Amino acid sequence: MKSIKNILYALSLCIVVNGAFAQTDIDAIMMEKNAFCVGPMYTYSSWKEYWEGNNKRENLNLGTVSTQMFSVGGNYGVSPKLNLLFNVPYIKTKASAGQLRAQSGIQDLSLMVKYRPINQKIGYARLAVFGIAGISTPLSNYTPDMLPLSIGLKSRTAMARLMVDYYYNDKWFATASGTFVLRDNIKLDRNSYYTDELVLSDEVFMPNVTTFNVRAGYRTQWLIAEAVLNNMTIQGGFDITKNNMPFPSNRMNATSLGVNFKYVFRKIPELSLTGGANQVIAGRNVGQSLTVNGGVFYVLNLGKKEKKTEEKK
Amino acid sequence: MKLQSIIVTIITAATVLSSCSKQIEGRTDNIAPLNPANIDINAGTWRPILLTGPTEFVVAAPAATNTPGYVAEINEIKSWQQNLSRRQKDQINYWGAGAVLRWNEIMRQLVAKYNLPPYQNPDGTYPIPDANNPLAATKFPFANPPYAARAYAYVSAAQYDALVAAWHFKKLYNRLAPYKNNATVNTLLPQTDLPSYPSEDAVVIGVMTEMMKLLFPGDQAYIQTLATEHRNARIAAGMNVRSDMDAGEALGKLVAQKFVTRARGDRTGAAVAITNGVDLWKEYETACISRGEEPWISLEIPKRPPMLPYFGKVRTWLFDSLTMVTTIRPAAPPSTKSEQFKKETAEVLHYSKNATREEIAIVHYWADGVATYTPPGHWNAIAADDFITQRFSEVRWARNMALLNMSLMDAAVVCWDTKFFYYNPRPSQANPDIKTWTGLPNFPSYTSGHSTFSGAAATILGHIVPGRKQAYEAMAKEASLSRLYGAIHYRSDCEKGLEAGNKVGGYAIARAQTDGAD
Repeated sequence: MKSIKNILYALSLCIVVNGAFAQTDIDAIMMEKNAFCVGPMYTYSSWKEYWEGNNKRENLNLGTVSTQMFSVGGNYGVSPKLNLLFNVPYIKTKASAGQLRAQSGIQDLSLMVKYRPINQKIGYARLAVFGIAGISTPLSNYTPDMLPLSIGLKSRTAMARLMVDYYYNDKWFATASGTFVLRDNIKLDRNSYYTDELVLSDEVFMPNVTTFNVRAGYRTQWLIAEAVLNNMTIQGGFDITKNNMPFPSNRMNATSLGVNFKYVFRKIPELSLTGGANQVIAGRNVGQSLTVNGGVFYVLNLGKKEKKTEEKK
Repeated sequence: MKLQSIIVTIITAATVLSSCSKQIEGRTDNIAPLNPANIDINAGTWRPILLTGPTEFVVAAPAATNTPGYVAEINEIKSWQQNLSRRQKDQINYWGAGAVLRWNEIMRQLVAKYNLPPYQNPDGTYPIPDANNPLAATKFPFANPPYAARAYAYVSAAQYDALVAAWHFKKLYNRLAPYKNNATVNTLLPQTDLPSYPSEDAVVIGVMTEMMKLLFPGDQAYIQTLATEHRNARIAAGMNVRSDMDAGEALGKLVAQKFVTRARGDRTGAAVAITNGVDLWKEYETACISRGEEPWISLEIPKRPPMLPYFGKVRTWLFDSLTMVTTIRPAAPPSTKSEQFKKETAEVLHYSKNATREEIAIVHYWADGVATYTPPGHWNAIAADDFITQRFSEVRWARNMALLNMSLMDAAVVCWDTKFFYYNPRPSQANPDIKTWTGLPNFPSYTSGHSTFSGAAATILGHIVPGRKQAYEAMAKEASLSRLYGAIHYRSDCEKGLEAGNKVGGYAIARAQTDGAD
């Protein structure tokens, strides 16, 4: 199916959010041909404690840092094997204490192609393999240099993901994926900065990222309930030094654990609700965020008349 | 197989993309070697800052170039040059860009590294960095703007005095560079007619290794590593023999020690204004209240003592404390009860709510806050970028950096004197609706430090590089207003700070006009 809450976005919120929600470029669900699933989603994420390098602390001059995201995402079925996805978020950040001003704006557009070359029945089970590729690019001229209140890192990214889904008895599933994200260098409004050395440039080297994601649970046409484990590792970057502010090229590693649900109305099968929550359980240079989200999605048939159903395997 | 081909495709695409160069090139990483337009052969006559004269520390006469000792030194160069690694060549080019420039950049790096406010104790008090225990959990120093301004000033002034002395002995002994005495010595950097004994690079090394014991005592190993690289680079490049280096380094150390003595007695040690746990700085709060004004209070949690309250008492370079108090310290800010104050606070609120993206970019361009080289460092960077194009000799580089950095340190003293004398609240204290676009500094508002620094720097730099005078003034104005856009200063903080800074710069110009170098 549908909604899109891509991992790139989670990365771009760096210290604020790390999440991976249901039914996206990181799940095993494909739209039928000509079906277009689209809808709004709301995400709230906050943290009070964060890791300064490996040292966990709070910051009384930030209090609780929260991020709200209002996004619109969609997933179009070119064919049951090939889907196109997009997502556009509007983001608002806020610190409950201290003097720093809240920030808001439209963040990054992401576009993805999801391809399922293999979908093989094996007894009662079915094994599917997916290749997913995507890009993201900032849609507004926000500053990434005011973390943790910046609305994103402003890096253009490209990602490739390999994903395997095992589906048993049309009810139980497990999906595992690994993703490599290339991040383009970013530019700051200033022409020097200190990482672990002084750099006389406005350009910041952004290390690439790998993520691993495992999700498992119950999945039918009408209901999905799953648990998700996600790990993000920055391939480089430096630690926040003691009592320093975060910087876009910090090594922002995070592992999170969460649950997601999707409910499809039997009377209106085009309409579904999604919801989820996840908690960062380990990290480095990120906030220990708790994230909750909810969305409403509707499936439009952009083809002739043939009725779409989701998840025909 | 299909799956395999997909995996191969993805991996190939990723490899191709990730091999694209993302390496950042700093704007001075690969600049051309310094090849001065004028060797300033008579710089030994320039007026030093602390030295009584260029011969206060005597450099012994060098060995003649026909002695076995000198020949051995030439052979050392040749043995270095026999198999220079890529890394050694890179180091030769790096240091070849200029000793004053490179050590200025290293200073800026250390300032950025150490520019972090101490983290609070469990009881809500704050530790005070300890010069005798620089590697403790709370590192010494906290290289905040006043500390940084002072560090840049001492280093630059000491380099200048030591180089004036070096130039005196260069001309006196007139021992030419190794390649002038022996045609078989290769040179990897531009040749010069400047006598090579004592080495100007070594003078700077000597000054730095000595001064840094005082200023950044926790990074001795790093400094020594750089000093060794620099020393070897000069010899391997064929620019100096070892005795040039030894004599220069010894001279640099002796001159630096004189500056260290001054620094130890310049009252910076008492600038935190806390003695045996007693907050001496509260006297300013009391005085402010007794004048009927609202005093500054810390908006940090837990409340942090203000930054270096007694820095306004630190010994200046370009004028005495009486001059500072009577002719440079700005008149009182608008009373916190006045209409003018309300008006200015409303203007700050406007920027807090409505700053444009362009104004926010200006805020961040000039913010120079935590973990940066501070506003004085920013003006050093601006100066260095321009000095590179001017092709100054090392001694002129040092002289101009000394003028700039004495101005910046004196600007810090003037500004801190003003801030604590008036003890004016920040806009966010006057109106809690004012949220800021950058970190709110933890000390009184009037006047703006950025404005004072920028006024001083722009004024003296406009004298040094007259063609850039208007550009510097425009930059100073922008830096000043950036603090209003950032919603951390009132307009009068910025304007009066800039004016006071300009006055400080004027004293530097007066010195420049009479030091023999103009």
